Amino acid sequence: MDTADALNAAVYLFNKGILNAAKVGSIYALGAVGITLIFGILRFAHFAHGDMMTFGALVAFAGTVVLRHAGVNTEPLPTGLLALPLAAVVTVLLALAIDRSVYAHFRAQRSPPIVFVMASIGVTFVLQGIIRLLGGTGDRQLFLTVVDEGVRLREGKARFAFEFGWLREHVDGFAQNLVITMPQVMLFVFTAIALVTLHRFLSRTRLGKAMRAVSDNEELARTTGIDVGQVVRVTWLIGGTLAASAGLLLALDTQYKPDLAFNLLLPMFAAAIMGGVGQPFGAVAGAFVVALAETFAVFDWRVVLGYLAPGAVDTSASIALVPAEYKLAVPFVILVIVLIWRPTGLFRGRVL
Amino acid sequence: MSLLLEARGLVGGYGDMTILHGCDITVERGRISVIVGANGAGKSTAMKIIFGLLPLRSGKLLFEGEDITGWTPQALVARGLGYVPQTANVFASLSVEENLEMGAFLAPRRVSEGLERVYGIFPDLGAKRRQAAGELSGGQRQMVAVGRALMMAPRLLMLDEPTAGLSPKVMGEIFDIILDVNRADVGVLMVEQNARQALQIADTGFVLASGRNLFTDSGRALLADAEVARSFLGGGA
Repeated sequence: MDTADALNAAVYLFNKGILNAAKVGSIYALGAVGITLIFGILRFAHFAHGDMMTFGALVAFAGTVVLRHAGVNTEPLPTGLLALPLAAVVTVLLALAIDRSVYAHFRAQRSPPIVFVMASIGVTFVLQGIIRLLGGTGDRQLFLTVVDEGVRLREGKARFAFEFGWLREHVDGFAQNLVITMPQVMLFVFTAIALVTLHRFLSRTRLGKAMRAVSDNEELARTTGIDVGQVVRVTWLIGGTLAASAGLLLALDTQYKPDLAFNLLLPMFAAAIMGGVGQPFGAVAGAFVVALAETFAVFDWRVVLGYLAPGAVDTSASIALVPAEYKLAVPFVILVIVLIWRPTGLFRGRVL
Repeated sequence: MSLLLEARGLVGGYGDMTILHGCDITVERGRISVIVGANGAGKSTAMKIIFGLLPLRSGKLLFEGEDITGWTPQALVARGLGYVPQTANVFASLSVEENLEMGAFLAPRRVSEGLERVYGIFPDLGAKRRQAAGELSGGQRQMVAVGRALMMAPRLLMLDEPTAGLSPKVMGEIFDIILDVNRADVGVLMVEQNARQALQIADTGFVLASGRNLFTDSGRALLADAEVARSFLGGGA
């Protein structure tokens, strides 16, 4: 093994492993933070969260279609980004409408948590129906080609490829590129800004502190004079905004589909529980742990091993810890392990 | 003396269970009223009903002459009442200062003035303002809980067994604090397990039994009453 092979292996591992895990982890984090906040304040597992993300992506898709047909093209930034505020607003309004028409009723009845969970599963099915009714059952690209007076106007996905020119010149045999796309850059930037903003909100503002107070002890919050209804609305505002943004950013990275985020529900819940339910930054940590575990469990080591130990491994079949089809089993196993050995999560949250 | 709080014929309880069967509680302006009685007499229930935490089935509540029957806790806090529950009465994961700030949630502009006043009453808390309330000792937690209720400068402070679970020494400190607070013309309504000690500082004492008023008199008179002493103060006076 020479320097070139080691460098090739390192760049490949970073690109296909770490970067991928960071991308998946960011999406999980944006969703899991909402799930954990909703659990902390409203005290139930919000199963419709995945579909709220998909709904946000669908609204953004509709906004993008309108913008593109109006001749808007914001390359190198995706036009879909302009639809983010719309997606967030509509998703938050939907969340508030659902809260008022469904969950508020059970709150007034002082229903036990299981009733809320069942109601949220019902909401999930209704949302899935609405999503398919409005957006159809097919997949859709958020990078659209529109035809204007016979001219095809295509929007491209900007990519940044780092070719390490200096290394290529000096290290013979170094050939790997590091490729990152614009949607991925946006995802990282958005996640970082959103989490820093959320942290400041929760630790410095009156409403943020009130959210933590309600999450800590709702009964006491009421006797203290905190407006719990207002706190509930802010929770949906934050949860809905993050969900819609995560849905859109995921759809920009891949594509929109009606079950875009429903399949992310299990890893997101695993992340929220691992981080300690009710602990938003625990959920972020949990999200990246789950994403790393998932990514490297199904990571195909063929290329890396091919560089590091040429000829020593059989490269005709995938070399992974877990076959890719079983990817969803990884967060499930993490979830079970956490629930058995540390049900309060890493950061001492509530027990579900 | 004008009445700060006037509760007449309170009937209510948890769910279908009626615990109070028409009892009267009053607090005079700037004075201390104490509710004593055996376990299950309805002391805490009376507090919760007055503060709007449990539904009032019949009866009437007046605060400074205004009808406050059926008001929410939030509206009562805005009106000038403060309530300190018996258990879990601090936000354990919030810092001391954040706990106090929450006391003035309804009036954000009064936070700094309120903090100054509360730290003046409880200098110990000022030194621990950044510490999580859950890490404090029992007595200090009680100070945080009382301090939080004082943030809105209430005219009536309601305390549900403020000395429960505290050592005799800390208990004495809490009673001193209550007297201090009261000296600033804040009326106090409290439920107390340590009936003897509480009645010593009470302007008016209410002895409840089975959700009804059994005796009502000045604290001193109740302490001197042989029958009260026999039934509620643990043996001969």
